Amino acid sequence: MSHSRYVITTIVLAILLVLLALACLVFGSVDIPMRDIAGILTGKGCDNKAWEIIILQSRIPMIITAALAGAALSISGLLLQTTFNNPLAGPSILGVSSGAGLGVAIVILALGGSLGGLLGESVGSYIAVLVGALLGAGVVLAVLIAFSAIVRSNTMLLIIGILVSYLTSSVVQLLNSVASEEGVHNYVAWGFGNFSGVSISQMPLYAGIIFAALVASALMIKPLNAMLLGARYARNLGVNVTRSRNILLLITGVLTAVVTAFCGPIGFIGLAVPHIARLSLGTSNHSRLIPATILAGADIALLCALVSVTNPHGIIPINAITPIIGVPIILYIILNRRRIQYFN
Amino acid sequence: MKTESSILTTHDLTVGYRNGSQQVALLKNLNLSLDKGKLVALLGQNGAGKSTLLRAMTCDERPLGGSIEVNGKNLLEMSQKERSRTLGLVSTERIQAGALTVTELVGLGRQPHTGFMGRLDSEDIEIVRQSMADAGIIGKAGEYIASLSDGERQKAMIARALAQETPIIILDEPTAFLDVASRIETMRLLQTLAHDRGKAVLLSSHDISQSLMLADELWLITTDRQVITGNTSQLVANGAMDRLFTNRSIHFNPTILDYSF
Repeated sequence: MSHSRYVITTIVLAILLVLLALACLVFGSVDIPMRDIAGILTGKGCDNKAWEIIILQSRIPMIITAALAGAALSISGLLLQTTFNNPLAGPSILGVSSGAGLGVAIVILALGGSLGGLLGESVGSYIAVLVGALLGAGVVLAVLIAFSAIVRSNTMLLIIGILVSYLTSSVVQLLNSVASEEGVHNYVAWGFGNFSGVSISQMPLYAGIIFAALVASALMIKPLNAMLLGARYARNLGVNVTRSRNILLLITGVLTAVVTAFCGPIGFIGLAVPHIARLSLGTSNHSRLIPATILAGADIALLCALVSVTNPHGIIPINAITPIIGVPIILYIILNRRRIQYFN
Repeated sequence: MKTESSILTTHDLTVGYRNGSQQVALLKNLNLSLDKGKLVALLGQNGAGKSTLLRAMTCDERPLGGSIEVNGKNLLEMSQKERSRTLGLVSTERIQAGALTVTELVGLGRQPHTGFMGRLDSEDIEIVRQSMADAGIIGKAGEYIASLSDGERQKAMIARALAQETPIIILDEPTAFLDVASRIETMRLLQTLAHDRGKAVLLSSHDISQSLMLADELWLITTDRQVITGNTSQLVANGAMDRLFTNRSIHFNPTILDYSF
């Protein structure tokens, strides 16, 4: 793969990121003139205090939340696809997101609050929710590791992931049946997916964890590339395959759990974006794939956020948009697998 | 068994598989020796234990007993890094590397020698280039693995093992999916690597006649689970080849170097 293709693709993805972020700043349910937005951003202030609050406490946190969530889910998908040697793996299809969701539901019920993903402002409560999400995602990943050792077929592993999703959602439904009506409502709303759930005070934790996990994924480039050749070759190249796989799944679990706890179980981004990155770069080399996947993931999530807030009749749930973007990409990949290099 | 040029030796090596707490030994108390500069073919019928033996030698499976030594050091007790600089592998495993170029794939062979991020310096890049040239795949250096024929792909995998710069190369059925021309070409290449570069090359194969034509030594797994080793022409002459298959209706024919019935 040529170096110039990598440079150009990365620059295009970065420019798109800036444009989409600006668009998310300008468009929304309330029309705010560009001049006032510029005034608020440059610190000159604005006469309309409501606009200032909308920009600083709603739109900017949403942009950061969406961009990081997109990057996090996409890297999760990439790491799962390489680790399980399965191009159709992703955090939602393998049930990792629903595992995290179950963890969230259980913790909220145990804390005595209403059942739902709406995280309280008290530091203790949302850390508890995060821990719940992490444990839930961890349990699902452990189940997947166990099954992947027994069933060698990629398709079977995907089906096991889907079964795990059904199982967790049935447990959640059972929990719902003993929860308050408000709790059920909250939980359903959380399930729609939304990038407006991270407040300014929660942002450092949310952004900090995601940033650290993304950096950790970039430090795994060498074993990830070796794992493209399968476990036996990777071992022969000096990679401790079991340890590397556990680290990679830990990173995946952390990324998926944090995003799921704060934004709901968001589908398709993790599955589709690594393919967008591979197709646009024309390589499976992780040293180039990881930056491109982070940028493309942030782009797609911002695009979803933009569509979600620009509807004049109210906010569209994120999970109503991601399949519309994700499904055509997946179908394209399945239908063209003979022509796509990285399948062959 | 052990000679001056031997690099790898096994000592009472027993290999097989574990079935729960039960151990099923396929090959027992092997004392084998692999020599520098020699191409050795491991032959035997399906299920005889060829892959099991090779998986033990590449440390993918723990042997049931005994030890493997390379230059007097226990292979199983080496660090993974040291082992990756000692013994290179070529297998028929499916790889997801279609969207890597030949150069990128061969570059992965440098991993045992590169730093934490796996970046190649100018010396690594020169070794990668030389390995591709030696394996006869340099003409395809910039092409995707996906665009290669099976034979070219196997050359790229061999170049990758060469870039690893190990004194020993072990190949698990390297010619399994190849047509006759590519099979002979691959075997020739391996013979050159052994004779001219001094590598100890061990391969398992189903290709009896090509192995007999090109291998310096044979390791034959007989039907009674013995491993007979020796110089190819001697083993052919003393009738050892007739102990390879259980089927009584086929016999080895030394003039065509193959079986007939």
